[in-house]
Amino acid sequence: MKQCIEGSHAVARIVNLCRPGVISAYPITPQTHIVEDLSKLKADGEGDFEYVRADSEFAAASIVLGASAAGVRTYTATSSQGLMLMAEVVFTISGMRLPVVMTCANRAISAPINIWNDQQDVMTVRDSGWILLFAEDNQDVIDMHIMAFKIAEQTKIPVMVNMDGFVLTHTFEPIDLPTQEQVDNYLPKYVPEPGQYLDTENPVSLGCFATPADYINIRQDLQNDLINSKKVIKKEFVNFKKAFSRGSSDLTEYYGAKNAKVVFVALGSVVGTIKEVVDEIPDSAVLSVKCLRPFPAEEIIKKLAKAKYVAVIDKSISLGNEGVLATEIKATLRNSKTKVQSFVAGLGGRDITRKMVGNIYKQVQKSSSKLTFIK
Amino acid sequence: MISMIQVRLHGRGGQGTVTAAELIAVAAFYDGKYSQAFPNFGVERRGAPVMAFARISDHTIRLREQIYEPDYIIVQDPSLVKVEPTVLAGINNSLGILINTEIKEWPQIKCKKIVTVPATKIAMEKIGKPFINTAVIGAFAGMSGLLSIDSIKRAITERFPEKVAVANIAAMEEAFNFTKK
Repeated sequence: MKQCIEGSHAVARIVNLCRPGVISAYPITPQTHIVEDLSKLKADGEGDFEYVRADSEFAAASIVLGASAAGVRTYTATSSQGLMLMAEVVFTISGMRLPVVMTCANRAISAPINIWNDQQDVMTVRDSGWILLFAEDNQDVIDMHIMAFKIAEQTKIPVMVNMDGFVLTHTFEPIDLPTQEQVDNYLPKYVPEPGQYLDTENPVSLGCFATPADYINIRQDLQNDLINSKKVIKKEFVNFKKAFSRGSSDLTEYYGAKNAKVVFVALGSVVGTIKEVVDEIPDSAVLSVKCLRPFPAEEIIKKLAKAKYVAVIDKSISLGNEGVLATEIKATLRNSKTKVQSFVAGLGGRDITRKMVGNIYKQVQKSSSKLTFIK
Repeated sequence: MISMIQVRLHGRGGQGTVTAAELIAVAAFYDGKYSQAFPNFGVERRGAPVMAFARISDHTIRLREQIYEPDYIIVQDPSLVKVEPTVLAGINNSLGILINTEIKEWPQIKCKKIVTVPATKIAMEKIGKPFINTAVIGAFAGMSGLLSIDSIKRAITERFPEKVAVANIAAMEEAFNFTKK
């Protein structure tokens, strides 16, 4: 049923409909409303999960790690400094192949301290071996959560759903929230495989010590499985689209003129604003990267190789180099004649306007600077 | 007819500015429109200037930028007009500005339509406390014709406990009738 509700509230409702067994979290702006609403659902008797209040994000991540290792569906949410504090456990969760689902309400990183939106937080754990999804609007956000559990449990790889802090978490807009029956039809009950979880009937050790003889092999397995997970993600995008009649069937979504001269590339909610600009400029388009890890290189080559100019708009920066996604797009398009440039915008909540995007359209065609800050 | 209407609200922390924007979006949604509401949180403290935004459209709203050229400006605290330069920013093409005040003349504001409503007085009468945001929404609906009374009532009823909702609806209707005439 269509409803006009806050993004965070929608996340809490959809997570509850996904029937997690254990939720643990520590509140941090702008994730707070998600975990407040989840604990309220629990307190009101509407949630059939254990809600474990943690004394830090490190503990919250460790609690969902343990619960997932015990074989139940688990969920946590955080932002910014919270994700920093979780970082060690984030790598451990993927290394142990635990299908945890996390929402990251994307926010800037200190210092200077800043509570507003950018995407520096997720980029710090980009290489952790999680599947990283990016939502463009709040419909995308809730749909990606339903898919996240299904993808994580099939691939045994954790999934992080990224939603821009404040821009999506605190925005009221109409969304179609599925019913319990619809969610149940799409997302089966979680049944962990024997040998994949701690079970006294079938004793195993998880997260063991690995010597040089084994470590690199195990890391290679994770790499191969992440690359192969592209097929599963795409399959689930398609399945979801069939079941719910909405969403994208690709890991990237191209919008705008066919064979456009200038193509913008971006992650998350800024794509909405860019689409408004693209509608005004006939020879432009935008590529929304909905899945950053695994990296959909083949799709990107297919969709961007004919563009004359590509402007990558990053809400994060690899300090000492350039925008994080820009580097990856440049590497991906190394064999094409496309000119790719890095534009860093929106750091620490600086509003990204249509006017800025229009200026980027002009700049990418005339400037040759490696990196441009848009302010 | 303009396909998208943009509303910018100015208030002070504690006045329910963000809630007012949200109620506008929810009411517009019940009227069958697409809508969006979002805050511009500054440093969160009581009394500090707060801005919130609402968009109402016939089409899906994809735009995420803040509102720089609002069709309507809503001012919940009249002292902000003087001290907060963002209040009147981008007013040149605005369709109207609504101010919660008992002062009727605002010669320093250049706008096609300046509407005042004594929302604080109405709130004190109907709610017994200076909770002005529902009165302000009623006044906005009265001046703009953009929201139906029934949809605002539904939005308020769903948001607040019954007793609080009833008092707020009374304030909202009083302010609606005040600006409608």
